[in-house]
Amino acid sequence: MTSRFTRTLAVAILSSTAMVGSAFAAECIAPANPGGGWDFTCRSIGKIMHDIGVVDKPVQVTNMSGGGGGLAFSHVVNERNDDGELIVAASSATATRLAQNAYGGMTADQVSFLGAIGADPGVLVVAADSEFANLNDLLDAAKSDPSSVTFAGGSATGGFDHLKVLMALREVGFTDVRSVKYVGLDGGGDALTSVIGGHTQAMTGDISEVVGFLKSGDVRVVAVFTENRIPGFDDIPTAMEQGVNVVAVNWRGLYVPKGISQADYDRWSDALAQVAASDEWAETMAANGLAPFTKVGAEFQDYLAGVINDVQMLSREIGVIQ
Amino acid sequence: MDLLANLTQGFAVALTWSTLLLAVAGCFAGTIIGSLPGLGPSNGVAILIPLAFSLGLDATEALVLMTSVYYGAMYGGRISSILLNIPGDEPALMTTLDGFPMARQGRAADALVLSGVASFVGAFLATVGLMLLAPVLARVAYLFGPSEYFALYLLAFCTLGGLSSRNQVKAALAAVTGLGIAMIGLDNQTGLPRLTFGELHLMDGVDFLVAIVGLFAVSEIFFFIESHGKESAIGVKLGRITIPVKDIVDSIWTMLRATVIGFIAGVLPGAGASLGSFLAYMGEKAISRDQETFGTGNPRGVAAPEAGNNAAAGGALVPMLTLGVPGSGTTAVLLALLLTLNITPGPTLFSDRPEVVWGLIASLLIANFVLLIMNVPLVRLFVHILSVPAWLLLPGIMLVAYGGVYSLSGSSFDLILMTAFGLFGYIFRKLDVPTVPIILGILLGNNMEDNLRRAMIISDGDWTYLFSSGIAVGLWIAAIAGFVAPIFLRQFLRKPSQPDSNA
Repeated sequence: MTSRFTRTLAVAILSSTAMVGSAFAAECIAPANPGGGWDFTCRSIGKIMHDIGVVDKPVQVTNMSGGGGGLAFSHVVNERNDDGELIVAASSATATRLAQNAYGGMTADQVSFLGAIGADPGVLVVAADSEFANLNDLLDAAKSDPSSVTFAGGSATGGFDHLKVLMALREVGFTDVRSVKYVGLDGGGDALTSVIGGHTQAMTGDISEVVGFLKSGDVRVVAVFTENRIPGFDDIPTAMEQGVNVVAVNWRGLYVPKGISQADYDRWSDALAQVAASDEWAETMAANGLAPFTKVGAEFQDYLAGVINDVQMLSREIGVIQ
Repeated sequence: MDLLANLTQGFAVALTWSTLLLAVAGCFAGTIIGSLPGLGPSNGVAILIPLAFSLGLDATEALVLMTSVYYGAMYGGRISSILLNIPGDEPALMTTLDGFPMARQGRAADALVLSGVASFVGAFLATVGLMLLAPVLARVAYLFGPSEYFALYLLAFCTLGGLSSRNQVKAALAAVTGLGIAMIGLDNQTGLPRLTFGELHLMDGVDFLVAIVGLFAVSEIFFFIESHGKESAIGVKLGRITIPVKDIVDSIWTMLRATVIGFIAGVLPGAGASLGSFLAYMGEKAISRDQETFGTGNPRGVAAPEAGNNAAAGGALVPMLTLGVPGSGTTAVLLALLLTLNITPGPTLFSDRPEVVWGLIASLLIANFVLLIMNVPLVRLFVHILSVPAWLLLPGIMLVAYGGVYSLSGSSFDLILMTAFGLFGYIFRKLDVPTVPIILGILLGNNMEDNLRRAMIISDGDWTYLFSSGIAVGLWIAAIAGFVAPIFLRQFLRKPSQPDSNA
C-alpha cells in the first residue's frame, strides 16, 4: 500500500519537475502556461534550431507564467542576467506591457531584444450581416457617434487589441480616445462570440483567432493591419489600401539577458535569422496563420523603440499610465 | 443516419489498440491527478502536454489522451472531497458538503460508488448531448451577452445564502471575503492593477487552486499539528464496497436534473463546471423536501454536484470545439493543444475534420466506460493511495500540492500565498466560519463584476440594459426567487416538522 503511494508520488514529482531544464542545454523560457503563444514560440523555434543544426542539443522549454510575462522578465533581469544559454519568448504583449510600466517598474532596456520572425496580423472584424461594409464605414460611425460602436477584444483595456482600434481612429482624425467604447473579454474567441451575438459591433484581434469563423461565413474582416495582403487571405483588404495608415501585428520573437557577451548575442541573432530563413519555419508559419515578419538585431530594436513610444503616448491619453 | 455513420467512423479511429491503451492510461492518470489536491484537471492536462509531444502522438491520439485525463480528473476530484474533506479540484468543491459527512458516518464506500455512478450519468449524457446537439447548442452561446451572464452569476450569488443552514451571517461573511480576494489583480476594464501593492505576482489575481489547497489542505495540517493527530479528519476507514442500490435508485432523478443544469452551464463559455456543480447542488436542495439534511450527508447532495460537474465538463467541449471559446481553464489548455496540432476549432470543425471530432466523441464514450469501471468496482485502488496513515498521508499530500502549484508558475510566491491561505483557513475554521463560500466568492466575484461593467460600457451606463432580453429577465426572476424564497420557505417548512403538528 505504502509502496504504491510512494510510486505514485514519484511519478507525480517526476512529471512536475520534468519541465525544469537541465543546466547544459540551451533553455527557452515561455512566460506562460503550456499551449499559449509564448509556449508555441519557444517550442517551435527551439525545435527548428535543433533540426537545422544551429544548436547541438535540443532546446529545453521552461514554462514560467505570471504577471503577464512580468515574472519571467524579472527572473531574467535579476537572476539570469549573464546567462548566455538563455532565450525568452516575447510578443507585442511584452512590448505593450513594458511600455505601460506593467512589469513593476522594469524597462525594455534591461534585456536585449533579439528579433521577431513572424507575426499574427491584427484585424478588425464585424458580423456577416453588419451594417458596416468596410473599414471606413466602421471608423466613421465610431467617429461621429462614439457611443454607437462597441469594440470587443481579447485583451484588457489598454492592451494591444484596444490600442489597434485607437491607432486606426487616430489616423482618421479622431483623437478623443477616452470616448471610444471598448470591452475586454477573456480571449479572441469570446470577443467574436459577442460580435456574432450582436452584443458588440466590432471585434479587434489577430487573424489566427478568426480563421474558423471566416470559413463558416459568420463574420467579415473589414481590415487587416499589414503592409500587404496576407497570402491565403487575398480577398481581405489592408487598412492602408483603405487610406488608414496603420500597421499593427502581434509579432513573435525572442529576447536574451542584457549581460551576455556580444559574441553570444550575435550567435543567437544569427541562429534566429537562420530559423527565419528555413523551410521548416515557413511551414510552421503557414500552419499557424502567421505572416512573414522578420526583423533581427538592431533593426528590430529600432522598430521596438518606435512601438513602445507610440504605445506610451496612447496609453497616457487613455489613462492606463500617468 | 448520418449520425450512426459518423459514430462508426469515430469508433474506427478510436478503437485501435494504441488509442485504447492511451485512453486507459489517461483515465488512470487523470483520476490520480484529480484526486490529489493541488493537481487539478487544468494543470494535469497542462503538465502532460509536453509528454504528448515527446511521445510523437498524432492529433487523434493526443486528443484521446488529454480528454481522458480531463474526464479522469473530473471523476477523481470527488475521491479526496469525500475521504479527506479536501476538494481535489475546484469543481469537486460542492461534493465535500455532503460527501465528507457521509464518510464520517461510515458510508464512505456508498458515497464513492454513488458519486461514481452520478459522474458517469453526467459525463455520459453530456457526451451524448455533445454528439447530438453541438452545432445547434453553439448558437446558444451567442444569446448570452454581458447582461445575461451578469444575471446568471447573480442567480448563483443570491442562492449562496441558502448554502449554510447553520449560520447565514458567517456564510455571508465568508462569501464577502471571497469577493474581496477576487478583486485582486489586473482590472480588465481599466487595465489598472488593484490591491496588488506593486507585487508582480498578484497581477494575475489569486489562483483558485492556491486558495483551495490553502484553505482546505494546509489548514488541515495546522489542525493535525495542534491536536497531535487526534482530531484530524483524515483516516476515514473504508469498509466493504457494496452497491448502494437504494441510494442510486433514489437519486436517479437528481442525477438527471443535475446533468441538465450542469450541461447548460458547461455549454455557456462564461459559466463552467464549478458554476454547474454549484447550481446543480443548490437547485436540488431548493426543490427537496428534506432541505435540513443537505450538508449532513444526504446522498442526493453527493449525486447532484458530481453529475453536475461532469456534465459541465462534457458541455464545456461544445463551445471549445464549435466556437473556439474555452468554457473553463482545462478547455483553454485543450484548445491550445488543438491549435498546436493544427486543428482550428470553429463552426466548421465538424465538417472540416470529422475524423478528429467523431474520433474524440467515440473516445469520450470509451473513456466514460473505462472510468465507470475504474471508479466503481476498482475505486479501492485509488482509495488506497489516500488511506495510508495520516502522519504519512498529510505530508505526502503537501509535497504533491506544493510541487504541483510550483510547477505552474515556477515561483515560490504562490507557495507562500498558499500557506497564508492555510493560516486563514485555520482561523476561519476555529471561528466556525465555513470556507466553501470563500471559494465561491472568488469564483463568482470576478465574472459577475466583469460582466456588469461590460454591460455598463456597452449601454453607456443605462441600467435598463441589464433587463433587455428575455433570458436576462428570466434569470433575474429566478435570482430574486432564489434569494427570497428560502426566507419564507423556512418558516413555512418549520411548522410541519413540529412533532405535535397534525400533518
